[in-house]
Formats: sequence, structure tokens, C-alpha cells
Amino acid sequence: MILQGKDLTVRYAGAEAPALDRVSMDVRPGRLLAVVGPNGSGKSTLMKALLGLVPVEHGTVVLRERPLAAWRRAEIATVLGVVSQREEILYPLRVEDTVLMARYARLGPLAAPRAEDHAAVRSALERCDAWALRDRRTDTLSGGEWQRVRVARALAQEPEALLLDEPTVALDVRHEMEVFELVRALTDGGLGSVVITHHLNLAARYADALLMLDRGRAVADGPPGEVLDAGLLSSVFGWPVAVTAWRDGSPQLVPLRPGETGV
Amino acid sequence: MTPRRWLVLGIASLMAVVMGLLLGAVDISWAGLVGSVTGSGSVESALVRSLRMPRVFLAFLVGGSLALSGASLQALVRNPLADPYLVGLSGGAGLGAVIAIALHLGGPWGVPLAAFAGALGTIAIVYRLSVVAGRRLDPHVLLLGGVVVGAFAGSLMSAVITLSSASELRSAMLWLLGGFGMASWPSLAVFAAYAIAPVGLLLASARGLDLLTLGEENAQHLGADVEVLKRRVYLSVAALTGAAVAVSGIIGFVGLVVPHVMRRWGAPLHRELLPAAFLAGGAFLVAADLLSRSLFRPLELPVGVVTALIGVPIFALQLKRSLA
Repeated sequence: MILQGKDLTVRYAGAEAPALDRVSMDVRPGRLLAVVGPNGSGKSTLMKALLGLVPVEHGTVVLRERPLAAWRRAEIATVLGVVSQREEILYPLRVEDTVLMARYARLGPLAAPRAEDHAAVRSALERCDAWALRDRRTDTLSGGEWQRVRVARALAQEPEALLLDEPTVALDVRHEMEVFELVRALTDGGLGSVVITHHLNLAARYADALLMLDRGRAVADGPPGEVLDAGLLSSVFGWPVAVTAWRDGSPQLVPLRPGETGV
Repeated sequence: MTPRRWLVLGIASLMAVVMGLLLGAVDISWAGLVGSVTGSGSVESALVRSLRMPRVFLAFLVGGSLALSGASLQALVRNPLADPYLVGLSGGAGLGAVIAIALHLGGPWGVPLAAFAGALGTIAIVYRLSVVAGRRLDPHVLLLGGVVVGAFAGSLMSAVITLSSASELRSAMLWLLGGFGMASWPSLAVFAAYAIAPVGLLLASARGLDLLTLGEENAQHLGADVEVLKRRVYLSVAALTGAAVAVSGIIGFVGLVVPHVMRRWGAPLHRELLPAAFLAGGAFLVAADLLSRSLFRPLELPVGVVTALIGVPIFALQLKRSLA
């Protein structure tokens, strides 16, 4: 077990209802977990709680057998690689330089990057098919390229687990698929991964397990075939849906138009 | 940055210093300059030693400090247009200085100390405003708080100036526009000794500043302890800028333009940007000071006027180019 959250409850200042209500989950090597749920259901809050970025009212987070609170930020960055939802480019950099920042947690404040740091950067960029971009400026990249570079940066941290918060927002079909393929391949290579996503159909095809949140609570947790239930989805998302099956057996959701009925 | 560019920067800095020592109200011969170092007793050498050297060295240190502070602040608040004076220091320091001038606080240290106290007062208020919910330092509030607290101090300053007599008013205005006419070996020594800690802290924060430019959340994911980092950077910038204002008055645009130019000149990462900005800022301010005392000699222009006259067109050009 790389990372484990148990009974996590988070309440934001001034809010009556908790943003996260006794949610448990864990990150294991070689398993891709997709966290799904409507807007405001607590997906991002769960991720923040797992990373120690919001105060947890109740519950515990354990990173590699040690309470998260006992870890320094720089140490956490050597175990968990995170691709956040947003990153605005205010100061453009060379792609290779921005990926090299992944190594800062392992470098002293004044030390020059070592051969092993450059090697980690190169290997990460290659695994994300982005080595050819290394001399480009970050502000000249397309949305898909930029996302690949950001995943490469998280990989260059040489983490044991990868956490991605809606990594395919604003990407077209090809780039969306590229990101999911990449994460799947990295997971098959031994990483533990967590993807927060609105793409239920892609989650069903790529993830080993789904965790569905609704208003801060975990309403379903398990293999895609169990979690993606038409009745549950319709009630959680507040819109009628039907669930069919793709050739590979993965459940696929079809939102219904008014008057239509399920299969 | 390429080694060649570092060499260019080094030579430019050296040239600025040598020119600053040679030229001015009285031009010095090379023999006089050499004599000032070897200890000759000529009048020229004595002039270089007692007046020019402290003035040029202080201008270099202050220019370097302002540019270093500007570069750091621009990363901290994630705004490439931030100037260290934006955090409200100029108003507070100006208020302190003007009060000292109006009250005739004595000695060569009266005005600088009062200005420094004024700057520290503003820093404290802005810092209190910006620490949200007792734990988070909010860089946006830092900027806005700096602007409003600075404006408040500025209006108090205007009130004091209006109520004081004509001669005081002139010396207050001159002080506010900045200059190195009062530089001395003791003021140079005090500033240099004082600047070591904040300059060292900022240089050691270079990697953290790189991470902060990605946004606080991303910086945390990459291992930065952002709350500690932000406080360290803000307090270092404020302490350094406050001391710079105290010894030289308000000199704008160095801290805004120099980091901006160096970032585009091939030093976007702070491990290079900070030292490069320090050198370039030092050279720039020495050159500006040289212009200020030689353009209309024997009259001296306030150096803040010269930095603005050079800085604004450079900045406008950079802005235009970045939009292209």
C-alpha cells in the first residue's frame, strides 16, 4: 500500500455540510483508481486531503506506513507525483527546464543538477513521448503537448504513485485517449495511480476500480461493472442514464433524452 | 544563460564601476584612479577614495539589491510587473524621512534611520493584513495591501510636506527622488553588512522561487514548503528594499525593469536570474547615477528621475515585444 486515506472528513470554514464525509480509499502499485462524481462532490477535496493540503477534521492519511503529517513536503514529492487541474504559464520556460523542477525536492538549494537528475528528466519525457519537445518553450505547446509535459514532470519525480486531477479537461478525443493510454501504461509498469475524471466511459475502460462520490460521501466503490449502475448513476448525477456494454465488456453510459427509456 | 552572456554582464558591470569612478563633476585621470587604489596622496586619488568609491559602490549594491528584490517579488506574487516598491515601502519610508526632515532630526543617520523605521512599519502592517486566517500569506493581498497602506502613508507625507517650510520642502522632495550624494564609507559599510542576510536568503530561495512561478499548488506538489518560502521571500525583499530606500531615497524602475529584461535575456530560472539581475541592476544604477551627476554638471539630477527616463522606454519596448 502506497497511500491510504481512512474515514476522511473535511469541512471548509463557514460551511455547514462537510465537503468530504468519512471517505476511505487507497493507492496500490499497479492499480488505476478513477474517482468520479458530479461537480462539487468532493473529488478535488479528497485529493487535497490525501496530500495534506487541507486540514482533515476526522480520519487519517498514511503514506508508506507513516502518518502523512510526519512527512516533510519535499519528502512527499519523492513518493507522490501530482498533476493538478490547472497550471497557468506566466513565466515561459524550456520544456526540459520545467521538467527538471521535478528534481528540486531531491536537490540542495544551491546544488547543480546531477547526471541522474538529467537522466530522470530524459526518461520521463521519453515515456510520455515528449523528448522531442525538450527545447520548445512551454507557452508554444498545444494543450495535449503541455499535458504530456506535465505528466512527464510528475514522472521525473520518480514517484511510486501518480495522482491526476481531471487531466483531460479541454482536450480533444485523440489527446484524451493519449493521456488515458499513457496513465494505463505507467500503471501497468508498476505505478499506483489515481485519476479524477468526468469521463465515466473512459474510466470504465481504463480503470481497475472506481470510487464514486456524491455530496462528499462515497456512494460506490469497486470494479467498474459494479459501480456504474444505471439507477445509481441516474440518482447521483440527477439525469436519467442507460448503461450498455462495449465489446470488451466494460460498461458504457448513455445519457437519455427526455421520453427515452433504458435498454 | 550562456557563459558568453555572463562574461558580457561581468564586463559591463566592471565598466560601469570604472566609468563611475573616472567621470563626474570633475573627470579623473587613469593615474588618479590607480593612485586611489595604491594609496597615492594626490588630490585626485583622495577625491576618488573619499567620495567616488563609496558613492559608486553603494549605487552598485543598492541597484543590485533592488533588482534582486524585484525578481524575487515578481515570482512571489506571480506578476512580472511587480516592483519592490509596490509593497508599500516607498510611502512608509518617505513618511519617515519627511518627518525626520521636518523635525530636523540630527546627524547623518537621522533621515535614513527614520526612513528605515517607516519602511519597517509599513512592512509590519502589510504583513499583518496579508496573513489570512492567521496562517496563509496571500500574495494578492500583499500587493493590494501594499498599495493602500503605501497610499495612506503617502498622503500623510504630503500633509507633513505641505505644513513644513520651503527649505525643508526642497530637501524632502530631493530625498524622495533618490540619490547617492550623501554616500560615505560608513553608510556603504552599514548597508553592505546589513544586506548580506537578505541577499543570501533570497539567493538560497532560487529553486523555491522557480516552483512558485508555477502557482502555489503546483509548487507544493513539487515539494516546496510554500508558507515558509513565501514568508522568507517577502520579509527578505521588504528588509532589503527598506534599507535601500533608507540610504538612497526612492529609486523606481530598477527593480521592475532589470529582472524583466534579464528574464528575457536568457535567465528565466532563478538560480541564474537572481545573480544576473543583481549584476545588471548594480551596473544600471551606477550608470544612471553617473548620468545624473554629469548631464548638467555641476548640478545633479535626482537619480530616480534618470532611472525612470531610461527605465520607462525600455519597459515599454519589452511590453510591446512580449505582446507581439
